[in-house]
Amino acid sequence: MAELHPLLQVLLLQAGYNTIVVMLGAAALGAATGVVGVFAMLRRRALVADAVAHATLPGVALGFILAVALGFSGRNLSFLLSGAALTAVLAALSIQWIANRTRLTEDTAIASVLATFFAFGIVLLTVIQTLKTGGQAGLDIYLLGATAGMLREEAITLALFAIAVALIVALLFKELTLISFDADYARAHGFPVRLLDLAILALVLVVVVIGLRIVGLVLIVALLITPPAAARFWSDHTGRMTVVSGAIGAFSAYFGAAISAISPDTPTGAVIVLVAFFLLLASIVFGTARGLLVRAIGARNLRRAA
Amino acid sequence: MISFLQIDLPAMLVGTLAALVCALIGNFLVLTRQSMLGDAMGHVVLPGIVIAFVLAGTTATWVMLTGAFAAALFSAMLVEFFRRVARIEASAALGSVFTAMFALGVLLLERTGVARTTFDVHHILFGNIETAIWPAATGVASLFDPTALASLPPQLGRLAFGLAVVALVVVLLFKELRVISFDPDFARTVGIPPQIIGAVVVTLAALAAVVSLSAVGAILLVAMMVCPPATARMLTDDLKTQVWLSLLFALASGVFGYAIAVLVPLAFGYEISLGAAGTIAVLSGLFQLVAMLFGLKRGLPKLT
Repeated sequence: MAELHPLLQVLLLQAGYNTIVVMLGAAALGAATGVVGVFAMLRRRALVADAVAHATLPGVALGFILAVALGFSGRNLSFLLSGAALTAVLAALSIQWIANRTRLTEDTAIASVLATFFAFGIVLLTVIQTLKTGGQAGLDIYLLGATAGMLREEAITLALFAIAVALIVALLFKELTLISFDADYARAHGFPVRLLDLAILALVLVVVVIGLRIVGLVLIVALLITPPAAARFWSDHTGRMTVVSGAIGAFSAYFGAAISAISPDTPTGAVIVLVAFFLLLASIVFGTARGLLVRAIGARNLRRAA
Repeated sequence: MISFLQIDLPAMLVGTLAALVCALIGNFLVLTRQSMLGDAMGHVVLPGIVIAFVLAGTTATWVMLTGAFAAALFSAMLVEFFRRVARIEASAALGSVFTAMFALGVLLLERTGVARTTFDVHHILFGNIETAIWPAATGVASLFDPTALASLPPQLGRLAFGLAVVALVVVLLFKELRVISFDPDFARTVGIPPQIIGAVVVTLAALAAVVSLSAVGAILLVAMMVCPPATARMLTDDLKTQVWLSLLFALASGVFGYAIAVLVPLAFGYEISLGAAGTIAVLSGLFQLVAMLFGLKRGLPKLT
């Protein structure tokens, strides 16, 4: 098999054991974001997710500071991710408060919360840089993501979380679909729309936080937006769309992680996002439900019939 | 005094000018529900700057401006294509394009090696106001000495140019901007084309993003395009007052933010200094928080 292209070798899981685990972990993450993203998109929460993702930075930094202060390693995953989740929740609540209680519109609420939280994270990072402790460099990977140096346990944790997310979506599938297409109808029939919206937001939070390690907080939102946008071109049926979106997310993350594994100087998050974007472009043209080609053929047949 | 002129004054000026130009055009983004456009601009400009630098081999102002503008224009066209031809929902169209452009920028930075020589991706994200220095300053007299002034950091000239252009257009088109901000339907009936004025706003936002990005970083420009205008909107209904107030808050964020980041720790003898761009942005967010809690106009009916 020595004559195989290195990328093919990695894709076919012939790279080292660690790389394989990491790529599968990435694929699980991509599947989870693709699945959750469908409902985030349908409920128009895509850009809220962007703000929430950026808002994890101060949490990661505070987690680092707390871990060091308590004598743990600054790279302790549970401290970093708990901190990330905490400030992300705070950001989500802030956006809701601003949009509901002031006359500022939701886009202004999202943008100002995103900017302020992220900026606070940056200030904390500059403080950390002056601390006399090791491990600062480890924080960098949470910005743009990296698979290099990822531990097997981390990858397995990610995969478990991803599976849990997929299970929750499967359990709530009927309710989530209903509020996505007709929230008023759902409300009239006694479905807890607010609670279900909250569930979507919670799932977004979970995938964002577990995605920080691989894709990074600047670009993780792309995995919530781009695969669902691509999936819409393949099916109008929500169930099929969710499956396609999960598959596109998984493939993007898997393929991106593979490219990043074989070539130096390729930030994992950026490559994954670009793969997803190419799949979106391809879906726009070739998608069987509403792709440009299908629509063009449909329009021609219509003219001929007339 | 000399170290203030050489190190602190240029950095403070860069931060404050960027804050002013972004806040000025930000007023119209906030009123037309395009606040996320600032965020998008901060991301899409990156690949343009990198490609322009790689092709031309220089960071000259016009090269950076051309590259960044080309990237902003290309992204705007791509978003429009996604929305109108492919019929992707607006926020998904915006989100998928600006993340892909930023990813392309990051990848190009690392792959071309530019990240190690010219642009640090951290500086693009976080800003690096502190590199704006003015070694030619030898005393207060340098402020009036043309040769010393000529060696001011180049990003200052870029920012001043951007601010002048944005201010000029805002003054000239103020009536039109007011009408499309509050009542686009009325604009059409009195013969003001909302699309054209809208395109002008987007172009000015791109210009503000371009002159700010490499000088102060993406986060400061995003914060400044939304926080000072949002703060001002909590305090007044009058557009002219809102614009002036937003500039005041931008100015205060720039000056006090830099002071808190760099001068205060120094004055108390601490070794640490905070990142100035981040501190300025956080301060503008705190102003907004206070205004949202106590502002006179915070809870009036939302715009329709």
